[in-house]
Amino acid sequence: MKTIKVLGSGCANCKTTAKIIEEVAAEKGVAVKVEKVEDIAAIMGYGVMSTPGVVIDEKVVHAGGVPDRKAVEGWLSA
Amino acid sequence: MFDLLATWLTRDVMGLDMASHAGSAVHFFIQDVTKIFVLLVVVIYVMGLLRAILSPERVRDYVRGKPKWLSRVLAIMLGAVTPFCSCSSVPLFIGFVEAGIPLGVTFSFLIASPMINEVAVVILASVLGWKLALLYVAAGLLVAFVGGVVMEWFKPARWVEEYVWKIEMGEATRLEADTSLQGRHRYALGEVREIVGRIWKWVVAGVAVGALFHGFVPQAWVVEHLGGEDNWWAVPGAVLLGVPLYSNATGVIPVAEAMLGKGVAIGTTLAFMMSIAALSLPEMLILRKVIKWPALALYAAVLAVAFTLVGWGFNLLS
Repeated sequence: MKTIKVLGSGCANCKTTAKIIEEVAAEKGVAVKVEKVEDIAAIMGYGVMSTPGVVIDEKVVHAGGVPDRKAVEGWLSA
Repeated sequence: MFDLLATWLTRDVMGLDMASHAGSAVHFFIQDVTKIFVLLVVVIYVMGLLRAILSPERVRDYVRGKPKWLSRVLAIMLGAVTPFCSCSSVPLFIGFVEAGIPLGVTFSFLIASPMINEVAVVILASVLGWKLALLYVAAGLLVAFVGGVVMEWFKPARWVEEYVWKIEMGEATRLEADTSLQGRHRYALGEVREIVGRIWKWVVAGVAVGALFHGFVPQAWVVEHLGGEDNWWAVPGAVLLGVPLYSNATGVIPVAEAMLGKGVAIGTTLAFMMSIAALSLPEMLILRKVIKWPALALYAAVLAVAFTLVGWGFNLLS
């Protein structure tokens, strides 16, 4: 089970990002727990300034914009 | 090409008289919407392909730890080439503060960023010519530089929210970019989708306002009241009108096109464009999370004065 955090202060793009990850995970049958991190101090704690950012198992894999579906598939199969 | 398409649609398909108010407004609307959207998609795609769009993390690395004049110049230049969404201005502000970048430099960046970006400049140049695009950029850079310096005189540090100083930022992870051709293509498409998706409303609204102005406002009235240096109040009036209005830098271009076409003075038009693009209520409310009201009021006042001076200057010169 992967813990995935979506970093972002509640903007539309952050919601889209969380949705894409959940969809791809469902398609691939990977068990994930998607959490939204909205606290700015916590977001900055990951060294991310451009949101939305994505953190998988405490490692930043993406920042600045809605990730590409292909990229999400890549993270989930790794 | 866009002119021909618009003429064909207006005259032959819709059967409107091109000389009528409605006909010329519709023609303007079709021509500008098609032209600006084609340009937007092409320019953003090419930028994406070249990966010319910088992330705020990289900007921060470039600007930090430099002598103040250099960091200010860098901040303005980088602000000018990065089309950030105003929703990233809070993390950006905090990130800059945390890196020890002087507040005045951060303000310079915040002024330059919404006002100038490479996409808007290319579109401005192809709609209104290189001369006007260069004037706009030069005026914007000047305002960003001076605006940041003036903000600093007032010691804005006392107005920064307490919690901002306490945030400690984690080590930024360098993300590997997929630099294969296919990866670049995917990235570029994503950028087009993201940016066009965010700003299309502003562009359509801007073109609609421009079209109405173009079709229905009588030229004689405009020349008498908004042209030339005799109407000194036109510039501050345009700036004040622009403060509550907001549009993206690309969205104001068709409005400026219609204004110039009717004979509004160039300085008045530039001041109006800058006021609309750089000063906005939503951006202020977002910045309110990191700085207190006095600083925001000062920020708005400094910019309004700067835009007015720039407008008067250009009206005198032209």
